[in-house]
Amino acid sequence: MAHIRRNFAIAGVAVGAIMLAGCAGGAPGGPPAAVESELSDDKVIIGLLNDQSGVYKDLSGPNSKVAIQMAIDDYNEKYGDEAVAGKIEIVTADTQNKPDVANTQAQQMYDRSNADIILDVPASSAALAVAEVANQKKKLYINIGAATMELTGAACNPYTFHWAYNTQMLAKGAKGVVEDGGKSWSLVYPDYAFGQDMVKSFSEAVENAGGSVNEAIATPFPNENFATFITRAGSTNPDVIATMAAGGDLINFVKQFNQSGLRDSATLAVGLMFITDIHSLGVDEFAGTTFTDAWYWNYDEQNREWADRFTELTDTRPSFAHAANYSAATQYLEAIQRSGTDDADAIIKELEGLKVDDVFLRNGEIRAGDHSVIHDTYVAKVKDAADVEEDWDYEEILATIPADEAYPDVNPNCTL
Amino acid sequence: MGDFSDFLQYTVQGLAAGGFYALAALGLAVIFGALGVVNFAHGAFYMLGAVGSAVLLDVIGLPFWGALVVIPILMFIFGIIVELLLVQWLLKLDILYNFLLTFGLSLVLVDLVKREYGVSGLPYEQPAGLEGLIHVGSVSIPIYQLFVFVFSLAVCFLVWLVLTKTRVGMIVRAATEEPERARALGINVGMWVTPVFGFGVALAGLAGVLAAPFRAITANMGSSFIIILFAIVVIGGLGSILGAVVGGFLVGLVEAYGQGYYGTFAQVLIFVLMAVVILVRPAGLFGRKEAV
Repeated sequence: MAHIRRNFAIAGVAVGAIMLAGCAGGAPGGPPAAVESELSDDKVIIGLLNDQSGVYKDLSGPNSKVAIQMAIDDYNEKYGDEAVAGKIEIVTADTQNKPDVANTQAQQMYDRSNADIILDVPASSAALAVAEVANQKKKLYINIGAATMELTGAACNPYTFHWAYNTQMLAKGAKGVVEDGGKSWSLVYPDYAFGQDMVKSFSEAVENAGGSVNEAIATPFPNENFATFITRAGSTNPDVIATMAAGGDLINFVKQFNQSGLRDSATLAVGLMFITDIHSLGVDEFAGTTFTDAWYWNYDEQNREWADRFTELTDTRPSFAHAANYSAATQYLEAIQRSGTDDADAIIKELEGLKVDDVFLRNGEIRAGDHSVIHDTYVAKVKDAADVEEDWDYEEILATIPADEAYPDVNPNCTL
Repeated sequence: MGDFSDFLQYTVQGLAAGGFYALAALGLAVIFGALGVVNFAHGAFYMLGAVGSAVLLDVIGLPFWGALVVIPILMFIFGIIVELLLVQWLLKLDILYNFLLTFGLSLVLVDLVKREYGVSGLPYEQPAGLEGLIHVGSVSIPIYQLFVFVFSLAVCFLVWLVLTKTRVGMIVRAATEEPERARALGINVGMWVTPVFGFGVALAGLAGVLAAPFRAITANMGSSFIIILFAIVVIGGLGSILGAVVGGFLVGLVEAYGQGYYGTFAQVLIFVLMAVVILVRPAGLFGRKEAV
C-alpha cells in the first residue's frame, strides 16, 4: 500500500513538473555557471538507462553498454595521458519501459550513482519522464531510443538532447515511396501516443509529396490478430499499406499481411523498423518493404569497420540505436576534453550548435534551437532473400535524405 | 454490396480465429475439468509450442508438418513431468495455490526462453502447400486460415469423441468427475490424472505450432493470449469441452466484427460478451455446476 502511494506521489510530482515546464518553458535564468577546470568527483560516470529485459532489449539494451564502452576505449586511446576524463565508468539500470520506474531510476542515477549524464531510454513515455528529471537536477540527458517529437517540442529543456531519430524524420521516407508511384495510402496504427504521432507525421509527408491517405485505421495496442484490420486497409485498393506497429505487433502484422494476399497488389511500408525486427521475422517476410533508417551497419566502409568491432564483442550486428549510443558517448567525452570539465552547463555550451561528423552522425549538427540532433538518414528497402550475401545483410539503401530535409525546422513548440 | 461482402469476409476471419481459439482453450478446459486445476501456465505452454517449432526448424530443419506431430508429443512428456513434479501436490489444496504455482511456473518458463532466445522473436517460414488464397465470390480466404479452421475443428471433434464415446474416455471422466465412486469400482484414479494433464499441455503446444506461421514467436506471446483463453472458458463454462469450442468461435467472431466495425474497441467487446454471459448464466453457456 505504501509502495503504491509512493509511486502515486512520484507520478504526481512528474506530472506537476511536466506541466510547470510547459508553462515556464524551462527558462535558464541566472548568470552562466563558472566553468570549472576539474571533474566533479575525479571521474566521469555515464548512466545507461534503457530496457534491459523487455521488448526493446535486443534493439538497444545491454549491448548499448558495449557500444558506450567502445566510445570510452576510443577516447582513452586517442588522448592517453592528455585525457581530461581520466577515469570513466558506466552504470546501467532497467526502465522496464515504464515512466514511473524510469523516473525513479533516473533520480537514483543522478543522486546516488553520481551519474554526470544519462543516455538512451527507449519508449517515449519513459524518455519524457527522464527528460523532466534531468531538467530538475540540471544534469545532462541524451535520448537515443525514443521517437516522440515532444522531447524537442513542448517538453524540451536545456539539459535534454534528442540524438537519433523522431517521428517526423521517420515519415520522410514516405516521399520516396510516393514518387515511386505509391500515390494512395492506407495507414494502420496502434492507438496510443506513438501511433497517433506517427499517423500525423506520415499523413503530412504523404500529402506534401502529392499522395493521398485513403484512411487511417486505429488498432488496439498491443494486438495480435490484425486480420480484419488488414482487410479494411485493403478495401480501398491503396497502392501502399503502411503499418505504424512496432516490435512484436509489427511482426504479427507482417505475417498476417503476407497471408492476406494483399502483398501482390499493395506495397508494404513500415513506420518504424529496427534491423533486429527484420532479423527476427526473417528477410523473406519483409522483402520489398520500405522504411526510413537512421543508420545502417553495412552502408559504407566506415560503418562496417565499426560494426565489425561491435560484432566481435557481441556476436550480433548493431542496430542504429547501438551506433547512436556510441556516437553520443563519444561527442560527450570530446566535449569534456575541449571544455576541461564535466559541468553540465559548460558541456551544453560546448554541444549547442556543434557541427559534427562521426560514424553515426553524417553532416550532423546539434541544433541549438531545440536540441534536436540532425543528420543524414536513409530510405531503405529490405532485400530479397536471394540478394542477401551474409548474415544481417538485409537492407538496400535507396536514397539519402539530407540532414536538413530529414529534420527541417526547429520544433515550433519548443521554447528553450 | 460492398458492405455485405465485408461482412462475409469478417465472418470468415472470425471463424478462422475462432477455430484457433477453440483449440487453445480446449486444453485449458480439459485440465480444469479433469483435475480442477486453473492452469495459468497454459499461455506459456502455448508459447513453448511455437518457440519449439521455430527452434526445431532452425536446428534440425523440421518443417511445419513435422512439428505438428513432434511438438505435441514433446509437450505431452513435458506435461507429465510438470504434473509429477509440481501439479499433483496441489490437487487437494485450495484453488489459490493452483493459481500461484502455475502463474509462477509461467514466469519461469517465459524468462528461460527470454534468456535463451532474446525478446525480439524467432523467424519461421510459411508451411509448404498452405500459401495463397482461395476466392469464393468476393471473399478471399488465406489457405492457411482455412487450414487452421478445419484442423482445429477436427481436433476438437476428435477430443470430444474420445472423451464421450470411448472406454478410455469414460474411465477418465469417471475418475475425474466422481473420483470416490470410480475408486470404489476399482479404477486407479491417480493413474489417469497425470496423462490427462499431459494431454492438455500437448493441446496447448499444438496451438502454438499452429500460431507459429501467423503470429510473432516471442517469449511473451502467451501472456496476453492466456487472458483471452480464460474469457473463452468462462464464457463456455469452466471445464466444459463443448463450451470451450463454442466459446472459442464466439470470441473469434466477436473480435472480427469488433475490429471490422468498432476498431480499437474489439478487445473490450470480448469482455463485454463475457460479462453478459456471466450475468445471464453464471456457470457459463455449458457449465454443469455453479461457477467456482
